[in-house]
Amino acid sequence: MAAIETLVPPAKVAAAGAGSPVTVEARDVNVYYGEKQALKQVDLDVRRHEVTALIGPSGCGKSTFLRCINRMNDVIEGCRVTGRISLDGEDIYDSDLDVVALRARVGMVFQKPNPFPKSVYDNVAYGPRIHGMAANRGELDEIVANSLERAGLLKEVRDRLNDPGTGLSGGQQQRLCIARAIAVNPEVILMDEPCSALDPIATARIEELIDEIRANYTIVIVTHSMQQAARVSQRTAFFHLGELVEAGDTPEIFTSPRDRRTHGYITGRFG
Amino acid sequence: MTDLAVRPMALRRPDLSATRLRRRYAAERRFRFYGILAVAVAAGMLGLLLGSILYKGYSAFYRTEIALPVNFDPAVIDPAGTRDPAVIAAADYAKIARDSLNARFPDVSSRADRRALSQLLAAGTDLRLRAIAMKNPAIIGTTATVELAASDDVDMLMKGRISRAVGEADRTLTDKQLAWMDELEADGLVAYSLNTTFFTAGDSREPEEAGVLGAFIGSILTMLVTLALAFPLAVATAVYLEEFAPKNRWTDLIEVNINNLAAVPSIVFGLLGLAIFLGFFGLPRSAPVVGGLVLALMTLPTIIIATRASLKAVPPSIREAAYGVGASSLQVVTHHVVPLALPGILTGTIIGMARALGETAPLLMIGMVAFIVDVPKGFTDAATVLPVQVYLWADSPERGFVEKTSGAIIVLLVTLILMNGIAVFLRRRFERRW
Ligand SMILES: Nc1ncnc2c1ncn2[C@@H]1O[C@H](COP(=O)(O)OP(=O)(O)OP(=O)(O)O)[C@@H](O)[C@H]1O
Ligand SMILES: [Mg+2]
Repeated sequence: MAAIETLVPPAKVAAAGAGSPVTVEARDVNVYYGEKQALKQVDLDVRRHEVTALIGPSGCGKSTFLRCINRMNDVIEGCRVTGRISLDGEDIYDSDLDVVALRARVGMVFQKPNPFPKSVYDNVAYGPRIHGMAANRGELDEIVANSLERAGLLKEVRDRLNDPGTGLSGGQQQRLCIARAIAVNPEVILMDEPCSALDPIATARIEELIDEIRANYTIVIVTHSMQQAARVSQRTAFFHLGELVEAGDTPEIFTSPRDRRTHGYITGRFG
Repeated sequence: MTDLAVRPMALRRPDLSATRLRRRYAAERRFRFYGILAVAVAAGMLGLLLGSILYKGYSAFYRTEIALPVNFDPAVIDPAGTRDPAVIAAADYAKIARDSLNARFPDVSSRADRRALSQLLAAGTDLRLRAIAMKNPAIIGTTATVELAASDDVDMLMKGRISRAVGEADRTLTDKQLAWMDELEADGLVAYSLNTTFFTAGDSREPEEAGVLGAFIGSILTMLVTLALAFPLAVATAVYLEEFAPKNRWTDLIEVNINNLAAVPSIVFGLLGLAIFLGFFGLPRSAPVVGGLVLALMTLPTIIIATRASLKAVPPSIREAAYGVGASSLQVVTHHVVPLALPGILTGTIIGMARALGETAPLLMIGMVAFIVDVPKGFTDAATVLPVQVYLWADSPERGFVEKTSGAIIVLLVTLILMNGIAVFLRRRFERRW
């Protein structure tokens, strides 16, 4: 494999203001696993080029909501979603909508790193390949190099591009999964507790990364760490028992929550 | 569940005493001993089986030959001296063979003794001599030493399969014949060589003429049909059921039926083949194509079940990852799930094919048990297969077929090992080592 040299530094874009347009709009979203209702009447706006953090106690439906946004719940048997979620004004549960195209526009990073049992290169190149994003090997190399660089992994794996992706350390694997997600250039990236298996240094790297790439993407992140939510997000949504209790600008949620339950959770009194 | 109430309790610690430790070690030792015992018993059985087959069968691969000076007498072969191939072909080579034996034993004079003497040579000796004369007509009029195959009884005697100790009435060779053979052996005229007939001929009523090639080719042709049908059909079925089909009452019903099908006695598939392929579609009797169809039906459920199990074993996180970057269901299956499941699929295929290769019962139903001399040349020629050949030979009264039976089993086992070897090789190539 040709050594990858072409690097493009990530474009720096000024942080979007509170007035930036809504990318994902969820209205009256209910989710049922069989008979059991996991989400109740959720309304939430996710704004462009912002990081929205979803917080809440375990089992409150954060992952469930996240998976609604790229219709990953379709894969789960017995899962039913009602209500309306739109991406740039387009209803993503419309029967005419192509799910594959949606998932190319809304990427996902999972809680547990799940690289393909393929080489590091092929892990990142897989998405661009199936979506016909590169006309030749040179272009593909370019995409792979850029994605790895933006995920902060290129330096570490430059000599190991042909080694199995599953042979990397946990933190490296998670960054590989991030590189794999951004290689497709989605508009929205969903991250389900991306740092739950990582040490503080790797976590810091990923937080840095999120802050950098948010200039080009819209990010929704599930996290159990209040500090992390406070550090990386512009907006925070607090879920409790399948309900969206409150959502707002992150500093506000953390300094003056309107709901008693939010207050209790962020101060560590329950959860 | 019983009512689990949390009450304050005394602090209890794990018991790490020496007695418990000793007991644990003893249990582990015992378990290891049972394991080794089980392996030893299994290996012993296998060794016994293979040993007895090899012991009985190895002698099928060589044969006894008697080197005799043969006079290709022009007066017998071609009295008119025309050297016309038709004349040479029609000559009485049995007489030539008899004459060369009589020349070696001039004292034997009575008709009965001369007949007994001629019985030392294999039944096909005249054909052998004719072939030599046809190939090289210049040999006519000369005397050449030819190594002629001994008859099966003599062959058995020389291989020690017929005991000299039993009375003359209880054996197929007379005392006189024994004496002649001893004389020939003393002269150094008895030799042993590779029994090429066994590998190049089809079946025969005479053990010394019988070979395994017909059955081997029959087996190969049948297996090709089975593999070509069963593998793609089974994998496609399993992938569809596992990855695409909605989970409802119909697919449940299909699943139950596939599992039942795997447990159906194989002879039932033979009856089905008889009724459908021969009776309804009018396909040729005893043909590898029909045998292959029947065995494919029998093998399908095995491969389907193995494939579904290995598809299920692919971690869901891989599927999610692929869906997450926007792969379609078909791409998820063909790029990720099936490649990861392939080693398991191949294992299932090996098991199914090995069972099909050793199957006789369903083939009896569709006429593959017939006595077929010719080596099959195509999928629709009448043929038999190795296990049926074993069955046929095991049923034959001649002493010479005993070693042939074991010889055919050895060929069957070697074929099986080769087949498995190929599958293991393929699996290694597809297996991701990460
Ligand atoms: N596949 C499923 N089948 C049935 N129930 C499910 C399934 N996935 C989630 N649930 C239920 O839905 C509810 C919400 O689950 P979800 O995974 O969204 O929680 P979460 O907020 O992500 O929790 P955590 O922080 O522990 O990951 C839980 O009560 C869970 O038991
Ligand atoms: Mg979760």
